Amino acid sequence: MELINAIIVGFAVATGVYCILRRSLLRFVIGIALISQSINLLVFTAGGLTKGDSPFIEYGKKTIEQPFADPLPQALVLTAIVIGFGLLVFTLALAQRAIASVGSDDIENFRNTD
Amino acid sequence: MNQNLIILPVILPFIGALIGLLAPKSPNTQTRIGIATFAATFAASIAILLKVNTAGHLTLLLGGWEAPFGISFVVDRLAGLMVAVSCLVGLAVAIFSKDDLESSLRSNWFYPLSLFLVGAVNGSFITGDLFNLYVWFEIMLISSFALMTVGNTKSQFEGGFKYVAINLIASAFFLAGLGLLYGKMGTLNMADIALKLSVSPAGPLVNSSSALLLVAFSVKAGLFPFFFWLPASYHTPPSAITALFGGLLTKVGVYAIMRNYTLIFTQEADFIRGTILALSLATMLVGVFGATSHFDMKRILCFHIISQIGYMTLGLALFTQLAIASAIFYTAHHIIVKTNLLLIAGIVQKKFGTNDLSKTGSLLKKAPWLAILFLIPCLSLGGIPPLSGFWAKYSLVKEALSLEYYLTAGLALIVGVMTLYSMTKIWSEVFWKKAPEEEKITFNKTTWNSYLPVGMFCLLTVFIGLNPQILFTYAEAAADQLLRPNQYIEAVLSTEYIDTIRKASFAANTLNISENDLP
Repeated sequence: MELINAIIVGFAVATGVYCILRRSLLRFVIGIALISQSINLLVFTAGGLTKGDSPFIEYGKKTIEQPFADPLPQALVLTAIVIGFGLLVFTLALAQRAIASVGSDDIENFRNTD
Repeated sequence: MNQNLIILPVILPFIGALIGLLAPKSPNTQTRIGIATFAATFAASIAILLKVNTAGHLTLLLGGWEAPFGISFVVDRLAGLMVAVSCLVGLAVAIFSKDDLESSLRSNWFYPLSLFLVGAVNGSFITGDLFNLYVWFEIMLISSFALMTVGNTKSQFEGGFKYVAINLIASAFFLAGLGLLYGKMGTLNMADIALKLSVSPAGPLVNSSSALLLVAFSVKAGLFPFFFWLPASYHTPPSAITALFGGLLTKVGVYAIMRNYTLIFTQEADFIRGTILALSLATMLVGVFGATSHFDMKRILCFHIISQIGYMTLGLALFTQLAIASAIFYTAHHIIVKTNLLLIAGIVQKKFGTNDLSKTGSLLKKAPWLAILFLIPCLSLGGIPPLSGFWAKYSLVKEALSLEYYLTAGLALIVGVMTLYSMTKIWSEVFWKKAPEEEKITFNKTTWNSYLPVGMFCLLTVFIGLNPQILFTYAEAAADQLLRPNQYIEAVLSTEYIDTIRKASFAANTLNISENDLP
């Protein structure tokens, strides 16, 4: 399972990088979205994939039974997804305004502030 | 020991921002709320600074969860100094923008957004947990994105998009580094990671995280190959916002590098320090040359941020107590001076309606006081005695010479001279020369609210210049703490926990048993 996830992460990041390197602003946003999603998957995979039960202590027992899935990476990924979603929405809105004000989707025309 | 005081620099700006969002949208109400909150936060940060100076470390375990399970907030001397300086910058910019920003901007979110920004900056200085640091970075980013585009001009959308784009990529690097680190160490509490790495043989395994985090922090700090977003975006928003960004945001990246590469990633020290040294030198040179190519006051000042960042990381790369102390001294001095210069650029822009050096002039005659106020931070940035910048550069170069880094010391001196060159360019074009068509220019009046923060920063610069030992003694104590990570670990984690970890790894190491064999 880790191997499959690792391949998916690598493929998605490569696609994202390809999109970022294109000259179109919208493709850039798509590339960013792909990279941030695949990084979430990377964090989730690196935190350890456990085939097991949820990390709850059963009623009447004092300790948790092995094996159990570590809940922390899931919490981290959840936070990262929410943050990434907010940033992506802002980026899309900004891209729309930037394209409207510059009058082009081509990054070559975005050189006036350098 | 819980010290509830240290949450104030984070929570006060957030409360003020929420009140500002709910309060009526009149510019005066918003301004009052903003300035009052910044003043209260600054008072709290001074209280923390005084307390941490005697106590050494202040810790707060949020929600009463024992470290490493909960989020811990830790203030050591470095964090205390940074929080105090950042609150001072926030207060100064809040006062400055009362008259500088148009009332429509002030009634629309400017104060709540800048409060969120300063609160998040303080959070990144104080937090003792890497994922929490990531969250503070994101809060800082989203409020800076909004501030960057707050005027809705074409150049702001262009510059803003570049800023957003590179920061999103840096965040991805940061998160990837965090995820891999958690996978290997099973914890994200900085003290806990440092403790486990100091006793376990897993050191080389975290090098990937170390490299990813270094890239992420370098983008935020504006180090050499990652700085192109800064000169493309920082000059586009209104001057008050540029001053806030130029003073604070890059320094959060520098702080994160200082914190993580003294506390956590100390295994491959030679390689990391060599890398930081090379990046610092390239940053200093490229930044100062880039600045000479521009002919606009704000753009020159923004490019200089980059070359100054090089000095700060250079201090860290040399990695002796004196060098790190100089880096801390340099950071504090730089935040004060750079914010001041950008505020003065704002006054100049107000007077002429532009920052283009070919259209300005005659200010020495028209506003002699402003000229004097500009001269102080300008000479301080160039490193002229007896101002604060001289002591910062002097101690850094002296330490480089005593460690026999002659090339480094020489470059640092050359960059200082080049800095002075572009400062004299601003001086002669804005203040000295006769303005083109001087009769036609109507010099707008500047109010006291704009001069007050500038004058205050100038006084502070002169004061540090005349009494450098006060700040330098403090910086030396802070550097001493950074070089003894054990103090940080013991301040956060309980003694029993530390003993358990050390004994467990001792047993595993001496009996040559792998971790899988342990019950």
